[in-house]
Amino acid sequence: MDLNTLWFILITVLYVGFFVLEGFDFGVGILLPILGKDDKTRRMIINTIGPHWDGNEVWLLTAGGASFAAFPHWYATMFSGFYLPLFLLLVALIIRGVAFEFRSKDENPLWRKTWDWAIFVGSLLPPLLLGVAFANIVKGVPIDANMTYTGGFFNLLNPYALIAGLTSVVIFTVYGGLFLSLKTTGKLHDSAISLIKKAGPVSAAFIIALVIATYLSTDITAQLGINPGMIPVGAALAILAAGAFFNQQRQGWAFTMTAVAISLSVISLFEILFPRVMVSSTSADFSLTIYNASSSPYTLRVMTIVALTLVPFVLIYQGWSYWVFRQRITEKSVLEY
Amino acid sequence: MDALTLARLQFAVTTVYHFFFVPLTLGLSILVAIMETLYVQSGQDVYKQMTKFWGKLFIINFAMGVVTGIVQEFQFGMNWSEYSRYVGDIFGAPLAIEALLAFFLESTFLGVWIFGWDKLSKKVHATAIWLVAISSNLSALWILIANSFMQQPVGYEIINGRAQMNDFFALILNPNIWTQFPHVVSSGLSTAAFFILGISAFHLLRAASNHDMHRRSFQIAAIIGTLAVIGVIMTGHSQAQHMVETQPMKMAAAEALWDTESPAAMSLFTVGNEKERRDVFAIRIPRLLSLLAYNQLNGTVKGINELQEEFTAQYGPGNYVPPVAVSYWSFRLMVGAGMLMLLAAIYALFLTMGEEVGSKSPRLLKFFPYLIALPYLANTTGWLLTELGRAPWVVYGLMKMEDAVSINVGIGALWTTLIGFTLLYGVLMVADLYLLVKYARKNSSKPLSQKSGEAAISLAGD
Ligand code: HEM
Repeated sequence: MDLNTLWFILITVLYVGFFVLEGFDFGVGILLPILGKDDKTRRMIINTIGPHWDGNEVWLLTAGGASFAAFPHWYATMFSGFYLPLFLLLVALIIRGVAFEFRSKDENPLWRKTWDWAIFVGSLLPPLLLGVAFANIVKGVPIDANMTYTGGFFNLLNPYALIAGLTSVVIFTVYGGLFLSLKTTGKLHDSAISLIKKAGPVSAAFIIALVIATYLSTDITAQLGINPGMIPVGAALAILAAGAFFNQQRQGWAFTMTAVAISLSVISLFEILFPRVMVSSTSADFSLTIYNASSSPYTLRVMTIVALTLVPFVLIYQGWSYWVFRQRITEKSVLEY
Repeated sequence: MDALTLARLQFAVTTVYHFFFVPLTLGLSILVAIMETLYVQSGQDVYKQMTKFWGKLFIINFAMGVVTGIVQEFQFGMNWSEYSRYVGDIFGAPLAIEALLAFFLESTFLGVWIFGWDKLSKKVHATAIWLVAISSNLSALWILIANSFMQQPVGYEIINGRAQMNDFFALILNPNIWTQFPHVVSSGLSTAAFFILGISAFHLLRAASNHDMHRRSFQIAAIIGTLAVIGVIMTGHSQAQHMVETQPMKMAAAEALWDTESPAAMSLFTVGNEKERRDVFAIRIPRLLSLLAYNQLNGTVKGINELQEEFTAQYGPGNYVPPVAVSYWSFRLMVGAGMLMLLAAIYALFLTMGEEVGSKSPRLLKFFPYLIALPYLANTTGWLLTELGRAPWVVYGLMKMEDAVSINVGIGALWTTLIGFTLLYGVLMVADLYLLVKYARKNSSKPLSQKSGEAAISLAGD
């Protein structure tokens, strides 16, 4: 395997880490106004992800930084091309992050309401926008011979991309609900469960729609064949398993299976892409690939050493922090947020 | 306005704003870690109150630094895609390392620290804030390694019209970094020290406050502040000497030195005419610039006119003169603020060392809250000089700003994001200042039988 391929895999890993971790805290943010009927409940909801959301978000930053280092043309084309969606993503992440820190530091109900609203919007927009962005990357967008994006904002809002965006919102909502059911007790726990009962079937419908749309809108059959192979099939099985575990009231397993399904879906997406990193709809020759978009072999070598040394430590200490805060949040917990 | 101007304006707005929060994060994380260590070692409750009080302010400030940092990471690709293509091999690497090495550590352990008070042993909890302090300063190191490449490109070769890294160690051992990083770390520490001095002084002058805690905070900040300001000045001096060698045009602009002088005089105050490149009015001290540049009374410092000719000969026709007035006044304001800070820090140190400081001298205490502005002024003007003084280059000698900007981002999109960020940042600044002031004024804990502020205030300890 060459280093370009290795970096393609590493960036896939970073996005998997991001969606698996930040996915549920987006979901928790989306559920804030839905399950948080009074201030105390809302605080409990936010405190379930309090110690983690910031560390989770770094996975996205790192994925961005890693594509800059390993595939500078990918970074340049995507970030300048998806300009307004990325701007909205930044605004969402900004108001969300500030809102977590600020909301409970003042008693004023209007203050709190405003920041709660910021948490909701800031948690809803990123999965929507990232779903739209990734769908477009796989489906293909107008890119010219100079690797420059030549489309506009509205090119990005095609039906396939919108389905992908909505699907990711729905899945992360359910995923967040499962996380809440594991981290809380009593009424809040119960309301999370009954919400998943309703949202689960909806998300199943969206997933089916997304799969069909993927076959219609991307070159998945050319890339993976009619039988897409282990990973996409595994994703589907994991979803089914998640549903089954949930019906048996085994939320821990349902959560794990959803995480597996999300990981395998992200990997499938990158499988369809490979070895391209951005598909050009103008001409197949203009697609960005792991070869024409990459850094020099020297940079890739340096970054490989750095990444393979550091990522294991990150996994260990982030894992440890989840262990430290493994207890459920109850009415009696000290709420920092 | 054209796309280049808009993109530059946006970079200025987002970067200055981001760096409004960063220095305090850099410095205060270290100071809070020291406070908590004192708590762990002495077991005295006052240090715990201190850690919590300053820790709260730290967190409020930290949040703003983090979220505005995400913009920094994304905007190279968004507004400066040609730059990203050209130097991605080199510039992307330290950015990715910063995220992997520093951001993960910082954000994970800050979460552990905020939420872990009753879940971890005292020692592990204090370790968490030390890790936050170390990693935020590490993140400064890596981003400055990236910035140093723009100031003084090293460790690269040009292949197929792109800069490619050929020596990672040259990149991270860039001579520029060894003056820039210490300057930024010590400016962060001095920012935090003045922040504490100001707020503690406010509380010491208020009868109802927890005087014990604030007196000790003031002491710690006075000691660290004095050392840090001395550090800032010394490293600033070596930065200036380095600049004479590597970016003479920046120095010439910072001194409004139109023509080469040998030995060179230093300007105390110049009103210049930038278009005609001449002084309208100037007070200059003979030989001082040579002294500062080379530590001796002789030596040539090149002027703007001669450098412009040299650059034209080397790089072709064009304007190679950075904005002189901004560079000149930025430098004056930074150094001026630094000198005032030195006086104030020494005075604060004197207050804490004196026996009983009578009611007369601490009256000056009431100025300390206003002095918090000084490091902020110096930080901002420092970066204005560093970045604007490099104009027209984005990477010194290699790439000009006009070639760096994204080619497919239209004026409309640029206006949208410029206005959007400016408004958003404006609103957030108000909210942030509101909270900072609210928590800074808060009476951290029941005052330990302090009755009246009229009595002589002792900063020296009981
Ligand atoms: C008092 C004497 C000072 C001197 C001689 C000095 C010198 C310098 C110089 C020459 C630069 C530009 C470096 C370059 O572009 O290569 C610079 C930048 C900077 N200065 Fe200062 N400075 C002083 C005080 C301060 C103070 C008090 C602060 C803040 C508390 C500060 C904060 C900064 C910052 C943040 C930068 C930008 C980052 C960098 O390039 O280092 N400086 N300083």
